[in-house]
Amino acid sequence: MRRASAGQNLPVVGALARRSIVQTFRRPQFLAPILLFPTLLLAINTGGAGRAVDLPAFPEVGGFLDFQLAASTLQATMLAAVSGGVALALDFELGFNDRLLAAPIPRWVMIVGRLAGTAIMGVVAAVWFLAIGLIFGAEIVGGPAGALVVIALSALAAAAFGGLGAALAVRSGQASVVQGTFPLAFVILFLSSAFFPQELMQEPAATAAAYNPLSFIVEGLREPVLYGVSGEAILHGLGGVAIVGIVGVTLTALAMRARLRAA
Amino acid sequence: MAAIETNALERSFDELRAVAGIDMAVAEGEIYAFLGPNGAGKTTTVRMLTTLLRPTAGTARVAGHDVVGDPGAVRRQIGVALQEAALDPLMTGAELVRLQATLHGIARAEGRWKAAALLERVGLSDASSRRIGTYSGGMRRRLDLAAALVHEPRVLFLDEPTTGLDPASRQAIWDEVRNLNAGGTTVFLTTQYLEEADQLADRVGIIDEGLMRVEGTPGALKAQVGSPHLELSLADGGAERAEPVLARFGEVQPPRDGVVQVGLARGAAEIATVVLALDDAGLTVESLELVQPTLDDVFLAETGRHLEGADEGEDDSADPEPEAAGADARS
Repeated sequence: MRRASAGQNLPVVGALARRSIVQTFRRPQFLAPILLFPTLLLAINTGGAGRAVDLPAFPEVGGFLDFQLAASTLQATMLAAVSGGVALALDFELGFNDRLLAAPIPRWVMIVGRLAGTAIMGVVAAVWFLAIGLIFGAEIVGGPAGALVVIALSALAAAAFGGLGAALAVRSGQASVVQGTFPLAFVILFLSSAFFPQELMQEPAATAAAYNPLSFIVEGLREPVLYGVSGEAILHGLGGVAIVGIVGVTLTALAMRARLRAA
Repeated sequence: MAAIETNALERSFDELRAVAGIDMAVAEGEIYAFLGPNGAGKTTTVRMLTTLLRPTAGTARVAGHDVVGDPGAVRRQIGVALQEAALDPLMTGAELVRLQATLHGIARAEGRWKAAALLERVGLSDASSRRIGTYSGGMRRRLDLAAALVHEPRVLFLDEPTTGLDPASRQAIWDEVRNLNAGGTTVFLTTQYLEEADQLADRVGIIDEGLMRVEGTPGALKAQVGSPHLELSLADGGAERAEPVLARFGEVQPPRDGVVQVGLARGAAEIATVVLALDDAGLTVESLELVQPTLDDVFLAETGRHLEGADEGEDDSADPEPEAAGADARS
Protein backbone atom coordinates (compact mmCIF):
# COMPACT_ATOMS: atom_id res chain seq x y z
CA MET A 1 0.00 0.00 0.00
CA ARG A 2 1.32 3.41 -0.94
CA ARG A 3 0.84 6.78 0.57
CA ALA A 4 0.05 9.79 -1.61
CA SER A 5 2.59 12.59 -1.46
CA ALA A 6 3.06 15.97 -3.11
CA GLY A 7 5.58 14.44 -5.51
CA GLN A 8 2.96 11.97 -6.63
CA ASN A 9 0.81 14.67 -8.15
CA LEU A 10 3.03 15.58 -11.09
CA PRO A 11 2.83 12.14 -12.73
CA VAL A 12 -0.92 12.19 -12.16
CA VAL A 13 -1.20 15.60 -13.85
CA GLY A 14 0.91 14.22 -16.70
CA ALA A 15 -1.21 11.10 -17.03
CA LEU A 16 -4.46 13.08 -17.03
CA ALA A 17 -3.05 15.58 -19.55
CA ARG A 18 -1.98 12.71 -21.78
CA ARG A 19 -5.45 11.20 -21.53
CA SER A 20 -6.98 14.56 -22.41
CA ILE A 21 -4.86 14.88 -25.55
CA VAL A 22 -5.42 11.29 -26.63
CA GLN A 23 -9.14 11.81 -26.09
CA THR A 24 -9.09 14.90 -28.32
CA PHE A 25 -7.26 13.14 -31.14
CA ARG A 26 -9.48 10.05 -30.91
CA ARG A 27 -12.71 11.98 -31.07
CA PRO A 28 -12.98 13.89 -34.34
CA GLN A 29 -15.77 16.07 -32.99
CA PHE A 30 -13.29 17.42 -30.41
CA LEU A 31 -10.44 17.96 -32.84
CA ALA A 32 -12.37 19.42 -35.77
CA PRO A 33 -13.49 22.62 -34.05
CA ILE A 34 -10.01 23.28 -32.72
CA LEU A 35 -8.15 23.19 -36.02
CA LEU A 36 -10.64 22.90 -38.86
CA PHE A 37 -13.01 25.78 -38.11
CA PRO A 38 -10.33 28.41 -37.47
CA THR A 39 -8.46 27.24 -40.56
CA LEU A 40 -11.58 27.59 -42.70
CA LEU A 41 -12.27 31.02 -41.24
CA LEU A 42 -8.66 32.00 -41.89
CA ALA A 43 -8.98 30.90 -45.52
CA ILE A 44 -12.26 32.77 -45.96
CA ASN A 45 -10.98 35.95 -44.27
CA THR A 46 -7.71 36.13 -46.10
CA GLY A 47 -9.33 35.23 -49.41
CA GLY A 48 -12.25 37.61 -49.07
CA ALA A 49 -10.89 40.53 -47.09
CA GLY A 50 -7.23 40.49 -48.03
CA ARG A 51 -7.36 44.01 -49.42
CA ALA A 52 -8.30 45.38 -46.00
CA VAL A 53 -4.60 46.03 -45.48
CA ASP A 54 -4.89 48.79 -48.06
CA LEU A 55 -7.27 50.78 -45.83
CA PRO A 56 -5.66 54.07 -44.77
CA ALA A 57 -5.60 53.40 -41.03
CA PHE A 58 -4.65 49.73 -41.27
CA PRO A 59 -1.33 49.11 -39.48
CA GLU A 60 1.76 48.43 -41.52
CA VAL A 61 1.82 44.66 -42.00
CA GLY A 62 3.45 42.16 -44.35
CA GLY A 63 0.06 40.85 -45.45
CA PHE A 64 -3.46 40.13 -44.25
CA LEU A 65 -2.55 36.47 -43.60
CA ASP A 66 0.26 37.62 -41.30
CA PHE A 67 -2.27 39.79 -39.46
CA GLN A 68 -4.90 37.05 -39.19
CA LEU A 69 -2.64 34.27 -37.88
CA ALA A 70 -2.90 35.52 -34.30
CA ALA A 71 -6.71 35.64 -34.51
CA SER A 72 -6.88 32.07 -35.79
CA THR A 73 -4.49 30.85 -33.12
CA LEU A 74 -6.48 32.57 -30.39
CA GLN A 75 -9.73 31.23 -31.80
CA ALA A 76 -8.27 27.71 -31.80
CA THR A 77 -7.19 28.03 -28.16
CA MET A 78 -10.69 29.14 -27.18
CA LEU A 79 -12.24 26.23 -29.02
CA ALA A 80 -9.71 23.86 -27.43
CA ALA A 81 -10.96 25.18 -24.10
CA VAL A 82 -14.57 24.53 -25.08
CA SER A 83 -13.67 21.00 -26.18
CA GLY A 84 -11.77 20.43 -22.94
CA GLY A 85 -14.76 21.63 -20.96
CA VAL A 86 -17.10 19.38 -22.91
CA ALA A 87 -14.79 16.41 -22.29
CA LEU A 88 -14.64 17.20 -18.57
CA ALA A 89 -18.42 17.47 -18.39
CA LEU A 90 -18.71 14.15 -20.20
CA ASP A 91 -16.46 12.66 -17.53
CA PHE A 92 -19.00 13.78 -14.96
CA GLU A 93 -21.90 12.47 -17.01
CA LEU A 94 -20.26 9.09 -17.59
CA GLY A 95 -19.07 8.78 -14.01
CA PHE A 96 -15.40 8.72 -14.97
CA ASN A 97 -14.68 11.50 -12.50
CA ASP A 98 -15.91 9.22 -9.71
CA ARG A 99 -12.85 7.10 -10.49
CA LEU A 100 -10.67 10.15 -9.91
CA LEU A 101 -12.60 11.31 -6.86
CA ALA A 102 -12.26 7.88 -5.26
CA ALA A 103 -8.49 7.93 -5.79
CA PRO A 104 -6.03 9.36 -3.26
CA ILE A 105 -5.29 12.51 -5.23
CA PRO A 106 -6.09 16.14 -4.46
CA ARG A 107 -9.21 17.40 -6.24
CA TRP A 108 -7.35 20.17 -8.05
CA VAL A 109 -5.20 17.59 -9.82
CA MET A 110 -8.09 16.43 -11.98
CA ILE A 111 -8.69 20.00 -13.16
CA VAL A 112 -5.02 20.85 -13.62
CA GLY A 113 -4.50 17.63 -15.57
CA ARG A 114 -7.28 18.62 -17.94
CA LEU A 115 -5.93 22.18 -18.27
CA ALA A 116 -2.44 20.88 -18.99
CA GLY A 117 -3.92 18.86 -21.83
CA THR A 118 -5.73 21.96 -23.11
CA ALA A 119 -2.46 23.93 -22.91
CA ILE A 120 -0.77 21.34 -25.09
CA MET A 121 -3.62 21.71 -27.58
CA GLY A 122 -2.74 25.41 -27.51
CA VAL A 123 0.79 24.47 -28.55
CA VAL A 124 -0.62 22.28 -31.33
CA ALA A 125 -2.82 25.17 -32.52
CA ALA A 126 0.07 27.65 -32.54
CA VAL A 127 2.37 25.29 -34.43
CA TRP A 128 -0.43 24.51 -36.89
CA PHE A 129 -1.14 28.15 -37.73
CA LEU A 130 2.50 29.18 -37.81
CA ALA A 131 3.09 26.32 -40.25
CA ILE A 132 0.12 27.37 -42.37
CA GLY A 133 1.38 30.93 -42.34
CA LEU A 134 4.84 29.93 -43.47
CA ILE A 135 3.48 27.61 -46.16
CA PHE A 136 1.24 30.33 -47.59
CA GLY A 137 3.80 33.10 -47.56
CA ALA A 138 3.53 34.80 -44.19
CA GLU A 139 6.70 36.01 -42.53
CA ILE A 140 7.43 35.55 -38.85
CA VAL A 141 9.46 38.68 -38.27
CA GLY A 142 10.41 37.61 -34.77
CA GLY A 143 12.06 34.46 -36.14
CA PRO A 144 12.36 31.31 -34.03
CA ALA A 145 12.24 33.31 -30.81
CA GLY A 146 9.04 34.98 -31.98
CA ALA A 147 7.56 31.59 -32.86
CA LEU A 148 8.41 30.32 -29.39
CA VAL A 149 6.70 33.34 -27.82
CA VAL A 150 3.59 32.66 -29.89
CA ILE A 151 3.61 28.98 -28.94
CA ALA A 152 4.13 29.69 -25.23
CA LEU A 153 1.47 32.39 -25.12
CA SER A 154 -0.95 30.19 -27.03
CA ALA A 155 -0.42 27.39 -24.49
CA LEU A 156 -1.03 29.75 -21.58
CA ALA A 157 -4.09 31.26 -23.26
CA ALA A 158 -5.55 27.81 -23.89
CA ALA A 159 -5.05 26.87 -20.25
CA ALA A 160 -6.62 30.15 -19.11
CA PHE A 161 -9.67 29.72 -21.34
CA GLY A 162 -9.73 26.09 -20.25
CA GLY A 163 -10.34 27.34 -16.73
CA LEU A 164 -13.59 28.94 -17.89
CA GLY A 165 -14.61 25.73 -19.67
CA ALA A 166 -13.73 23.70 -16.60
CA ALA A 167 -15.77 26.00 -14.36
CA LEU A 168 -18.83 25.48 -16.54
CA ALA A 169 -18.21 21.74 -16.71
CA VAL A 170 -17.80 21.35 -12.96
CA ARG A 171 -20.75 23.60 -12.22
CA SER A 172 -23.18 22.04 -14.66
CA GLY A 173 -21.79 18.53 -15.10
CA GLN A 174 -23.46 18.60 -18.50
CA ALA A 175 -21.63 18.52 -21.81
CA SER A 176 -24.52 20.21 -23.59
CA VAL A 177 -24.23 23.28 -21.34
CA VAL A 178 -20.52 23.66 -22.09
CA GLN A 179 -21.13 23.00 -25.77
CA GLY A 180 -23.67 25.82 -25.68
CA THR A 181 -20.88 28.33 -25.07
CA PHE A 182 -19.37 27.55 -28.47
CA PRO A 183 -21.05 30.52 -30.21
CA LEU A 184 -20.21 32.74 -27.25
CA ALA A 185 -16.51 32.17 -27.91
CA PHE A 186 -16.99 33.70 -31.36
CA VAL A 187 -18.94 36.68 -30.03
CA ILE A 188 -16.28 37.52 -27.44
CA LEU A 189 -13.57 37.08 -30.02
CA PHE A 190 -15.30 39.43 -32.46
CA LEU A 191 -15.55 42.01 -29.66
CA SER A 192 -11.76 42.13 -29.56
CA SER A 193 -9.13 43.35 -31.99
CA ALA A 194 -8.47 39.79 -33.15
CA PHE A 195 -9.95 40.02 -36.62
CA PHE A 196 -9.75 43.75 -37.27
CA PRO A 197 -7.45 46.49 -36.04
CA GLN A 198 -8.87 48.50 -33.18
CA GLU A 199 -8.01 51.71 -35.04
CA LEU A 200 -10.60 50.91 -37.71
CA MET A 201 -13.41 49.95 -35.36
CA GLN A 202 -16.45 52.10 -34.66
CA GLU A 203 -17.92 52.74 -31.23
CA PRO A 204 -18.92 50.96 -29.08
CA ALA A 205 -16.95 48.06 -30.61
CA ALA A 206 -13.69 50.00 -30.30
CA THR A 207 -14.19 50.58 -26.56
CA ALA A 208 -15.22 46.95 -26.04
CA ALA A 209 -12.10 45.82 -27.85
CA ALA A 210 -9.92 48.22 -25.85
CA TYR A 211 -10.96 46.57 -22.56
CA ASN A 212 -11.37 43.03 -23.85
CA PRO A 213 -8.53 40.89 -22.42
CA LEU A 214 -8.58 38.94 -25.67
CA SER A 215 -7.25 42.06 -27.41
CA PHE A 216 -4.22 41.99 -25.11
CA ILE A 217 -3.65 38.30 -25.75
CA VAL A 218 -3.98 38.70 -29.50
CA GLU A 219 -1.53 41.58 -29.37
CA GLY A 220 0.96 39.29 -27.65
CA LEU A 221 0.42 36.65 -30.31
CA ARG A 222 0.50 39.09 -33.24
CA GLU A 223 3.49 41.23 -32.40
CA PRO A 224 6.17 38.51 -32.85
CA VAL A 225 4.74 37.65 -36.27
CA LEU A 226 4.32 41.19 -37.57
CA TYR A 227 7.09 43.18 -35.92
CA GLY A 228 9.34 40.96 -33.80
CA VAL A 229 9.61 40.05 -30.13
CA SER A 230 8.55 42.90 -27.88
CA GLY A 231 8.60 42.83 -24.11
CA GLU A 232 5.65 45.18 -23.91
CA ALA A 233 3.49 43.03 -26.19
CA ILE A 234 4.46 39.92 -24.24
CA LEU A 235 3.46 41.63 -21.01
CA HIS A 236 0.16 42.69 -22.54
CA GLY A 237 -0.42 39.11 -23.68
CA LEU A 238 0.45 37.73 -20.27
CA GLY A 239 -1.79 40.33 -18.65
CA GLY A 240 -4.72 39.25 -20.78
CA VAL A 241 -4.01 35.61 -19.98
CA ALA A 242 -3.79 36.45 -16.29
CA ILE A 243 -7.17 38.19 -16.30
CA VAL A 244 -8.87 35.27 -18.04
CA GLY A 245 -6.93 32.74 -15.97
CA ILE A 246 -7.78 34.33 -12.62
CA VAL A 247 -11.47 34.48 -13.51
CA GLY A 248 -11.35 30.87 -14.74
CA VAL A 249 -9.48 29.53 -11.71
CA THR A 250 -11.73 31.38 -9.28
CA LEU A 251 -14.91 30.18 -10.96
CA THR A 252 -13.59 26.62 -11.18
CA ALA A 253 -12.60 26.59 -7.52
CA LEU A 254 -16.03 27.90 -6.52
CA ALA A 255 -17.77 25.37 -8.75
CA MET A 256 -15.68 22.51 -7.39
CA ARG A 257 -16.33 23.56 -3.82
CA ALA A 258 -20.06 23.71 -4.51
CA ARG A 259 -20.00 20.29 -6.16
CA LEU A 260 -18.06 18.66 -3.35
CA ARG A 261 -20.29 20.26 -0.73
CA ALA A 262 -23.35 18.96 -2.51
CA ALA A 263 -21.88 15.44 -2.55
CA MET B 1 -10.62 -4.25 13.82
CA ALA B 2 -13.59 -4.29 11.47
CA ALA B 3 -12.81 -3.54 7.84
CA ILE B 4 -16.03 -1.55 7.58
CA GLU B 5 -17.99 -0.16 10.46
CA THR B 6 -20.98 2.15 10.34
CA ASN B 7 -22.98 3.69 13.11
CA ALA B 8 -26.42 5.16 12.38
CA LEU B 9 -25.21 6.10 8.92
CA GLU B 10 -27.65 8.34 7.11
CA ARG B 11 -27.92 10.21 3.86
CA SER B 12 -30.77 12.42 2.78
CA PHE B 13 -31.43 14.12 -0.53
CA ASP B 14 -33.72 17.01 0.34
CA GLU B 15 -36.81 15.32 1.77
CA LEU B 16 -35.79 11.82 0.78
CA ARG B 17 -33.90 9.73 3.34
CA ALA B 18 -32.03 7.43 0.98
CA VAL B 19 -30.16 5.75 3.82
CA ALA B 20 -32.00 6.00 7.09
CA GLY B 21 -29.52 4.91 9.76
CA ILE B 22 -27.46 1.83 9.09
CA ASP B 23 -25.37 0.00 11.68
CA MET B 24 -23.04 -2.55 10.21
CA ALA B 25 -19.70 -4.19 10.86
CA VAL B 26 -17.82 -6.13 8.21
CA ALA B 27 -14.88 -8.18 9.43
CA GLU B 28 -11.47 -8.25 7.76
CA GLY B 29 -11.36 -10.91 5.08
CA GLU B 30 -15.13 -11.22 4.82
CA ILE B 31 -17.33 -11.12 1.73
CA TYR B 32 -20.34 -9.07 2.68
CA ALA B 33 -23.27 -8.70 0.31
CA PHE B 34 -25.73 -5.87 0.51
CA LEU B 35 -28.90 -7.26 -0.97
CA GLY B 36 -31.86 -5.14 -1.89
CA PRO B 37 -34.10 -3.96 -4.70
CA ASN B 38 -33.55 -0.92 -6.88
CA GLY B 39 -33.76 2.21 -4.80
CA ALA B 40 -33.09 0.42 -1.51
CA GLY B 41 -30.09 2.59 -0.65
CA LYS B 42 -27.31 0.22 -1.66
CA THR B 43 -25.43 2.51 -4.01
CA THR B 44 -25.84 5.51 -1.73
CA THR B 45 -24.28 3.50 1.09
CA VAL B 46 -21.38 2.43 -1.12
CA ARG B 47 -20.83 6.01 -2.25
CA MET B 48 -20.61 7.13 1.36
CA LEU B 49 -18.23 4.32 2.27
CA THR B 50 -16.00 5.16 -0.69
CA THR B 51 -15.93 8.88 0.23
CA LEU B 52 -17.85 9.93 -2.88
CA LEU B 53 -20.81 11.10 -0.85
CA ARG B 54 -20.84 12.78 2.53
CA PRO B 55 -23.13 11.24 5.15
CA THR B 56 -25.90 13.47 6.46
CA ALA B 57 -25.60 11.86 9.89
CA GLY B 58 -23.86 8.98 11.61
CA THR B 59 -20.34 7.72 11.15
CA ALA B 60 -18.51 5.25 8.96
CA ARG B 61 -15.01 3.86 9.21
CA VAL B 62 -13.31 1.92 6.45
CA ALA B 63 -10.01 0.14 7.03
CA GLY B 64 -9.83 1.95 10.36
CA HIS B 65 -10.26 5.45 8.94
CA ASP B 66 -13.21 7.79 9.20
CA VAL B 67 -14.73 8.46 5.78
CA VAL B 68 -15.35 12.12 6.61
CA GLY B 69 -12.42 12.86 8.90
CA ASP B 70 -9.71 11.14 6.86
CA PRO B 71 -11.04 10.43 3.38
CA GLY B 72 -7.55 10.36 1.85
CA ALA B 73 -6.52 7.46 4.08
CA VAL B 74 -9.71 5.62 3.16
CA ARG B 75 -9.07 6.14 -0.55
CA ARG B 76 -5.60 4.68 -0.24
CA GLN B 77 -6.99 1.48 1.25
CA ILE B 78 -9.94 0.81 -1.00
CA GLY B 79 -10.63 -0.40 -4.50
CA VAL B 80 -13.87 0.65 -6.12
CA ALA B 81 -15.75 -0.78 -9.07
CA LEU B 82 -18.90 1.24 -9.35
CA GLN B 83 -22.17 0.30 -10.93
CA GLU B 84 -22.22 1.06 -14.67
CA ALA B 85 -18.46 0.90 -14.78
CA ALA B 86 -17.00 4.41 -14.96
CA LEU B 87 -14.93 3.78 -18.05
CA ASP B 88 -13.78 6.04 -20.85
CA PRO B 89 -14.78 4.38 -24.13
CA LEU B 90 -11.94 6.13 -25.95
CA MET B 91 -9.20 4.63 -23.77
CA THR B 92 -7.79 1.17 -24.24
CA GLY B 93 -8.03 -1.37 -21.44
CA ALA B 94 -4.29 -1.16 -20.79
CA GLU B 95 -4.37 2.64 -20.69
CA LEU B 96 -7.12 2.62 -18.10
CA VAL B 97 -5.37 0.23 -15.73
CA ARG B 98 -2.09 2.10 -16.12
CA LEU B 99 -3.87 5.39 -15.37
CA GLN B 100 -5.39 3.80 -12.28
CA ALA B 101 -1.89 2.74 -11.21
CA THR B 102 -0.64 6.30 -11.61
CA LEU B 103 -3.58 7.61 -9.57
CA HIS B 104 -2.39 5.38 -6.74
CA GLY B 105 1.19 6.57 -6.94
CA ILE B 106 2.60 3.49 -8.61
CA ALA B 107 5.67 4.19 -10.73
CA ARG B 108 5.25 4.01 -14.48
CA ALA B 109 7.28 0.85 -15.12
CA GLU B 110 5.67 -0.97 -12.23
CA GLY B 111 2.26 0.20 -13.37
CA ARG B 112 2.90 -1.25 -16.82
CA TRP B 113 3.69 -4.73 -15.64
CA LYS B 114 0.99 -4.67 -13.02
CA ALA B 115 -1.54 -3.67 -15.67
CA ALA B 116 -0.37 -6.47 -17.94
CA ALA B 117 -0.56 -8.99 -15.10
CA LEU B 118 -4.03 -7.88 -14.01
CA LEU B 119 -5.39 -7.86 -17.54
CA GLU B 120 -4.03 -11.39 -17.95
CA ARG B 121 -5.67 -12.38 -14.69
CA VAL B 122 -9.11 -11.20 -15.80
CA GLY B 123 -8.70 -12.66 -19.27
CA LEU B 124 -8.35 -9.39 -21.15
CA SER B 125 -4.78 -9.60 -22.40
CA ASP B 126 -5.83 -10.01 -26.01
CA ALA B 127 -8.17 -7.03 -25.78
CA SER B 128 -5.83 -4.80 -23.79
CA SER B 129 -4.94 -2.56 -26.72
CA ARG B 130 -8.53 -2.27 -27.92
CA ARG B 131 -10.65 0.74 -27.05
CA ILE B 132 -13.03 0.12 -24.18
CA GLY B 133 -15.90 1.27 -26.37
CA THR B 134 -15.59 -2.03 -28.23
CA TYR B 135 -15.80 -4.17 -25.05
CA SER B 136 -18.84 -6.21 -24.08
CA GLY B 137 -20.56 -5.62 -20.74
CA GLY B 138 -18.74 -8.54 -19.14
CA MET B 139 -15.37 -7.36 -20.41
CA ARG B 140 -16.03 -3.88 -19.02
CA ARG B 141 -16.84 -5.28 -15.59
CA ARG B 142 -13.71 -7.42 -15.60
CA LEU B 143 -11.64 -4.45 -16.69
CA ASP B 144 -13.15 -2.30 -13.95
CA LEU B 145 -12.32 -5.03 -11.47
CA ALA B 146 -8.73 -5.22 -12.72
CA ALA B 147 -8.39 -1.44 -12.38
CA ALA B 148 -9.76 -1.56 -8.85
CA LEU B 149 -7.09 -4.08 -7.86
CA VAL B 150 -4.01 -2.36 -9.21
CA HIS B 151 -2.94 -1.00 -5.82
CA GLU B 152 -3.83 -4.18 -3.92
CA PRO B 153 -6.61 -2.65 -1.82
CA ARG B 154 -7.50 -3.96 1.61
CA VAL B 155 -11.19 -3.43 1.03
CA LEU B 156 -12.85 -3.84 -2.34
CA PHE B 157 -16.23 -2.29 -3.08
CA LEU B 158 -18.21 -3.77 -5.94
CA ASP B 159 -21.47 -2.05 -6.75
CA GLU B 160 -23.75 -4.48 -8.55
CA PRO B 161 -20.80 -6.17 -10.24
CA THR B 162 -22.82 -8.54 -12.37
CA THR B 163 -25.99 -6.62 -13.16
CA GLY B 164 -26.90 -7.17 -16.78
CA LEU B 165 -24.22 -9.81 -17.40
CA ASP B 166 -24.76 -13.17 -19.01
CA PRO B 167 -24.30 -16.26 -16.78
CA ALA B 168 -20.77 -17.02 -18.02
CA SER B 169 -19.55 -13.48 -17.37
CA ARG B 170 -21.26 -13.50 -13.99
CA GLN B 171 -19.51 -16.72 -13.08
CA ALA B 172 -16.15 -15.28 -14.16
CA ILE B 173 -16.64 -12.29 -11.86
CA TRP B 174 -17.69 -14.55 -8.97
CA ASP B 175 -14.59 -16.70 -9.44
CA GLU B 176 -12.38 -13.66 -9.37
CA VAL B 177 -14.08 -12.30 -6.25
CA ARG B 178 -13.55 -15.62 -4.50
CA ASN B 179 -9.88 -15.64 -5.53
CA LEU B 180 -9.40 -12.14 -4.21
CA ASN B 181 -11.08 -12.97 -0.97
CA ALA B 182 -8.94 -16.08 -0.60
CA GLY B 183 -5.97 -13.72 -0.78
CA GLY B 184 -7.30 -11.78 2.21
CA THR B 185 -9.16 -8.91 0.54
CA THR B 186 -12.35 -7.84 2.25
CA VAL B 187 -15.13 -7.57 -0.31
CA PHE B 188 -18.24 -5.46 0.08
CA LEU B 189 -20.65 -5.97 -2.77
CA THR B 190 -24.12 -4.78 -3.51
CA THR B 191 -26.49 -6.89 -5.49
CA GLN B 192 -30.12 -7.38 -6.34
CA TYR B 193 -29.48 -11.01 -7.25
CA LEU B 194 -30.34 -13.58 -4.61
CA GLU B 195 -28.08 -16.18 -6.08
CA GLU B 196 -25.12 -13.82 -6.09
CA ALA B 197 -25.53 -13.06 -2.40
CA ASP B 198 -26.18 -16.71 -1.62
CA GLN B 199 -23.20 -18.02 -3.59
CA LEU B 200 -20.61 -15.42 -2.76
CA ALA B 201 -21.25 -13.88 0.59
CA ASP B 202 -20.12 -14.95 4.01
CA ARG B 203 -22.78 -12.63 5.36
CA VAL B 204 -25.70 -10.85 3.78
CA GLY B 205 -27.34 -7.61 4.82
CA ILE B 206 -30.81 -7.08 3.45
CA ILE B 207 -31.59 -3.43 2.87
CA ASP B 208 -34.88 -1.88 1.92
CA GLU B 209 -36.08 1.71 1.93
CA GLY B 210 -32.79 2.83 3.39
CA LEU B 211 -32.94 0.52 6.38
CA MET B 212 -31.05 -2.64 7.21
CA ARG B 213 -33.83 -5.17 7.66
CA VAL B 214 -31.79 -8.15 8.73
CA GLU B 215 -28.28 -9.52 8.38
CA GLY B 216 -26.53 -12.81 8.89
CA THR B 217 -25.07 -15.74 7.01
CA PRO B 218 -27.21 -16.90 4.09
CA GLY B 219 -27.85 -20.20 5.87
CA ALA B 220 -28.89 -18.57 9.12
CA LEU B 221 -31.16 -16.08 7.37
CA LYS B 222 -32.89 -18.82 5.42
CA ALA B 223 -33.24 -20.95 8.52
CA GLN B 224 -34.99 -18.02 10.23
CA VAL B 225 -37.86 -18.10 7.75
CA GLY B 226 -38.58 -21.78 8.26
CA SER B 227 -38.04 -25.23 6.91
CA PRO B 228 -38.12 -26.37 3.30
CA HIS B 229 -41.40 -27.34 1.69
CA LEU B 230 -42.38 -30.06 -0.72
CA GLU B 231 -44.33 -29.37 -3.89
CA LEU B 232 -46.25 -32.42 -5.09
CA SER B 233 -48.27 -33.25 -8.18
CA LEU B 234 -50.62 -36.19 -7.74
CA ALA B 235 -52.26 -38.40 -10.31
CA ASP B 236 -56.04 -38.39 -10.91
CA GLY B 237 -56.70 -35.08 -9.19
CA GLY B 238 -55.58 -36.43 -5.88
CA ALA B 239 -54.34 -33.13 -4.56
CA GLU B 240 -57.38 -32.46 -2.37
CA ARG B 241 -57.45 -36.03 -1.06
CA ALA B 242 -53.78 -35.71 -0.17
CA GLU B 243 -54.30 -32.72 2.12
CA PRO B 244 -55.26 -34.67 5.28
CA VAL B 245 -52.35 -37.08 4.74
CA LEU B 246 -49.86 -34.29 4.26
CA ALA B 247 -51.17 -32.35 7.23
CA ARG B 248 -49.45 -34.93 9.47
CA PHE B 249 -46.08 -33.61 8.30
CA GLY B 250 -46.56 -29.89 8.39
CA GLU B 251 -48.60 -26.94 7.22
CA VAL B 252 -50.37 -27.60 3.93
CA GLN B 253 -51.14 -24.88 1.41
CA PRO B 254 -54.37 -25.25 -0.61
CA PRO B 255 -53.73 -26.93 -3.97
CA ARG B 256 -53.01 -24.62 -6.89
CA ASP B 257 -52.96 -25.87 -10.48
CA GLY B 258 -52.95 -29.43 -9.19
CA VAL B 259 -49.87 -28.83 -7.05
CA VAL B 260 -50.05 -29.12 -3.31
CA GLN B 261 -47.41 -27.74 -0.93
CA VAL B 262 -46.48 -28.98 2.48
CA GLY B 263 -43.91 -27.58 4.84
CA LEU B 264 -41.46 -30.15 6.18
CA ALA B 265 -40.58 -29.46 9.76
CA ARG B 266 -37.75 -31.97 9.69
CA GLY B 267 -36.53 -31.07 6.22
CA ALA B 268 -35.52 -33.39 3.39
CA ALA B 269 -35.29 -36.40 5.70
CA GLU B 270 -39.09 -36.63 5.63
CA ILE B 271 -39.50 -36.96 1.87
CA ALA B 272 -39.54 -40.76 1.81
CA THR B 273 -42.02 -40.91 4.69
CA VAL B 274 -44.34 -38.50 2.91
CA VAL B 275 -44.28 -40.51 -0.30
CA LEU B 276 -44.94 -43.76 1.58
CA ALA B 277 -47.85 -42.21 3.48
CA LEU B 278 -49.41 -41.01 0.23
CA ASP B 279 -48.90 -44.44 -1.30
CA ASP B 280 -50.58 -46.08 1.68
CA ALA B 281 -53.52 -43.75 1.11
CA GLY B 282 -53.77 -44.93 -2.48
CA LEU B 283 -52.41 -41.74 -4.00
CA THR B 284 -49.84 -41.77 -6.77
CA VAL B 285 -47.16 -39.08 -6.77
CA GLU B 286 -46.43 -37.89 -10.31
CA SER B 287 -43.67 -35.46 -9.39
CA LEU B 288 -42.22 -33.82 -6.35
CA GLU B 289 -39.79 -31.03 -5.68
CA LEU B 290 -38.12 -30.04 -2.45
CA VAL B 291 -38.04 -26.26 -2.30
CA GLN B 292 -35.55 -24.74 0.12
CA PRO B 293 -36.19 -21.30 1.60
CA THR B 294 -34.44 -18.58 -0.36
CA LEU B 295 -33.18 -15.16 0.49
CA ASP B 296 -36.28 -13.91 -1.30
CA ASP B 297 -38.32 -15.66 1.38
CA VAL B 298 -36.22 -13.82 3.93
CA PHE B 299 -36.85 -10.56 2.09
CA LEU B 300 -40.56 -11.37 1.92
CA ALA B 301 -40.67 -12.16 5.62
CA GLU B 302 -38.91 -8.90 6.48
CA THR B 303 -40.61 -6.52 4.07
CA GLY B 304 -43.82 -8.21 2.98
CA ARG B 305 -42.67 -7.99 -0.64
CA HIS B 306 -40.68 -10.13 -3.00
CA LEU B 307 -37.30 -8.88 -4.09
CA GLU B 308 -37.19 -7.38 -7.57
CA GLY B 309 -35.08 -9.51 -9.85
CA ALA B 310 -35.54 -12.57 -7.65
CA ASP B 311 -36.58 -14.63 -10.63
CA GLU B 312 -33.59 -13.53 -12.65
CA GLY B 313 -31.29 -14.51 -9.86
CA GLU B 314 -32.91 -17.89 -9.52
CA ASP B 315 -32.95 -19.03 -13.09
CA ASP B 316 -29.79 -17.17 -13.97
CA SER B 317 -30.98 -16.44 -17.46
CA ALA B 318 -32.27 -12.94 -17.37
CA ASP B 319 -30.55 -9.86 -18.64
CA PRO B 320 -32.24 -7.15 -16.64
CA GLU B 321 -31.77 -3.46 -17.20
CA PRO B 322 -29.07 -2.00 -14.98
CA GLU B 323 -30.21 0.50 -12.41
CA ALA B 324 -30.43 3.79 -14.24
CA ALA B 325 -27.85 6.19 -12.85
CA GLY B 326 -29.61 8.96 -11.07
CA ALA B 327 -33.02 7.45 -11.70
CA ASP B 328 -33.54 7.13 -8.02
CA ALA B 329 -31.42 8.77 -5.43
CA ARG B 330 -31.61 5.70 -3.23
CA SER B 331 -30.36 3.27 -5.83
